[in-house]
Amino acid sequence: MRRIEIDPVTRIEGHARITLQLGDDGRVRDARFHVDQFRGFEKLAVGRPFHEMPGLMARTCGICPISHLVASAKAGDALLAVAIPEPAIRLRRILHLAQILQSHALSFFYLSAPDLLLGMDADPARRNLVGLYDEEPELVRGGIALRAFGQEIIARMAGKRVHPAWVVPGGVATPIDAETRDFLLAGVPGAIATVEQALASFRMRLVGFEAEIQHFANFPSLFLGLVDTNGELEHYEGRLRVIDPTGARIVEGFDPARYQELIAEADEPDSYLKAPYFRAFGFPDGIYRVGPLARLRLVTRCGTPRADAALEIFRGRDASAGQASFLYHEARLIEMLFALERIEELAGHAELLDPDVRAHAGPNRREGIGVAEAPRGTLIHHYRIDADGLVTAVNLIIATGHNALAMNRGVLQVARHFVDGERLQEGMLNRVEAVIRAFDPCLACSTHALGKMPLAIRLFDAQGRVVDELRRSSR
Amino acid sequence: MSVYTLEIDGREVGARPGETILAVAREHQIEIPTLCSLEGLSTVGACRLCLTEVEGASRLLPACTTAVAEGMRVRTQSERIARYRRGILELLFAERNHQCAVCVSNGHCDLQALATSLGMDHVRVPYRDPLLSVDASHERFALDHNRCVLCTRCVRVCDEIEGAHTWDVAGRGIGSWIVSDLADPWGESSSCTGCGKCVQVCPTGALFEKGKAIGEMTKRTAFVPMLQHMRGRRR
Ligand code: SF4
Ligand code: SF4
Ligand code: FES
Repeated sequence: MRRIEIDPVTRIEGHARITLQLGDDGRVRDARFHVDQFRGFEKLAVGRPFHEMPGLMARTCGICPISHLVASAKAGDALLAVAIPEPAIRLRRILHLAQILQSHALSFFYLSAPDLLLGMDADPARRNLVGLYDEEPELVRGGIALRAFGQEIIARMAGKRVHPAWVVPGGVATPIDAETRDFLLAGVPGAIATVEQALASFRMRLVGFEAEIQHFANFPSLFLGLVDTNGELEHYEGRLRVIDPTGARIVEGFDPARYQELIAEADEPDSYLKAPYFRAFGFPDGIYRVGPLARLRLVTRCGTPRADAALEIFRGRDASAGQASFLYHEARLIEMLFALERIEELAGHAELLDPDVRAHAGPNRREGIGVAEAPRGTLIHHYRIDADGLVTAVNLIIATGHNALAMNRGVLQVARHFVDGERLQEGMLNRVEAVIRAFDPCLACSTHALGKMPLAIRLFDAQGRVVDELRRSSR
Repeated sequence: MSVYTLEIDGREVGARPGETILAVAREHQIEIPTLCSLEGLSTVGACRLCLTEVEGASRLLPACTTAVAEGMRVRTQSERIARYRRGILELLFAERNHQCAVCVSNGHCDLQALATSLGMDHVRVPYRDPLLSVDASHERFALDHNRCVLCTRCVRVCDEIEGAHTWDVAGRGIGSWIVSDLADPWGESSSCTGCGKCVQVCPTGALFEKGKAIGEMTKRTAFVPMLQHMRGRRR
């Protein structure tokens, strides 16, 4: 048996490795995406007062801290056993949508657009944001502005861009002022225009990606995520819905606080990422996907006009493309549209500036669960506390974890198509990497904005000897 | 009443006998960094951040406990003083667990502010990373030993102002820690009146109000000299 290993050379904050297992017929038999990054937050939090948790948990992730902040604060709300004031919910929603916007903008424009718009086999030296700028300056400028808009909303509302602790158990720390509201409203139309332009560009080029659509993690799986009471797109609260590969609803209106009845967690021995699966279907058949693609497959409709119009076109293609993870990219664009439309709607609310933004209480329950739809999918924070309000146990399920099994399968599928024999081609590297990018895993190593993922591939023969090797640094 | 004349940082200043260098310096708007000292409480000279150079003395002397003398020449700033002060801060940060970014007092902490103003940007000694607990048994307040610098302000305010003497220091040297009553959980203390003075005077995030999120704990200490004043300056 031969083994191909893709391993990053440069380890920055976290790192990921890919192992491809070749069968005796020279075809890829098994694939694994290893995540060695483990920051021990579940242990670190034990003994801390639960009011510190949102700020502490936001530190688990520099990529979507707001989603951790929101899910953690919601778990805190549950511990307080209070209904938080409506104005606080609106502000949390806006903040969280801004996070979705900036995270999707990073994923699409900075990380994926060079592959998508310049082509997978374009010169690696030019297949980056700078190379893209030469071809599509307006689009790149728009994409950068879009991400900056999301970040600026976060900075203005929550004070600090990277790790704000403005969202607290019981609500938010302070109301916002009229200037911030006006900033929100003023920025939306231009941002919508950028997303629609990107969507048009992307769709025009989709014809060139038939092979990718066919082979990029295109396999049947379940999809899981939150939807609101009308079955519309929802990132802040709602109920869990699960659909099967045909789109049939197999779980509907499920209270996310009971997630453990729905999801079981397998411990992958060679990875610190948990591998959750749909309990009723067992391991590994209960493989499911979360995130933008899952959400758009789950919802009845988005609930905002532009996003719904885009969803209709997407649905036409989604049906023909089956279960292709490649469509995560388009789903992200549609969610950006939705986020902008919703932000506009929420920011226009008559009571947006209401100063009543926080409920005060002590711990009234020993267990609290907070769930939100993060940019990459369903995020679950589950805390237990003692009578004094100190944390005794933490369970986190992050979006990248939900997708772990699906990512393995995606890598396997693409490798089967693009890897043959003992030769390692640069094109294959790109495509394996591109599969990972489609899932947009929240790992430090996957977010190199300019260079490429640092990778090394090793090919093992049946005796475990390296017969071929290919390395690439991040530039 | 006799008046001493002395020199601080080259400035000639007048002082009453019995005054400390710190008090005289403050009267003349000369800044000396402090941590354990607080106006209205007795002085213990525990932190040594107020070290100054006194001409003729071979070692550095703490401004908060050193009485002035006629003709004294004091320097509050020098390369040597700065080195000592930074070193002391480094030891304080290394001794327990200070993760400012996730601390209730982030942005409102005396220790953190000192590190910034005295230019302590890194710690050269190994962190001890001790395993310490949080006592959250009190209904309204909590004590996080991770962030305590053993300044004993809480001990003194409780004893000298509130008159309860709930807090004390147990253990020796680096193993010292703040205890309530006979090392009982704070919430079970029979002497604590729940006044919260200790929380207000604590210079770090060690003592805080429950329910505060990261960076939300701000403190007020002006009440201490005011109370002393109203009680006729017993000390
Ligand atoms: S007590 Fe002060 S120095 Fe210590 S962690 Fe908190 S803010 Fe930082
Ligand atoms: S708890 Fe606060 S006031 Fe008391 S000794 Fe520790 S740092 Fe000083
Ligand atoms: S302030 Fe003088 S020793 Fe602490």
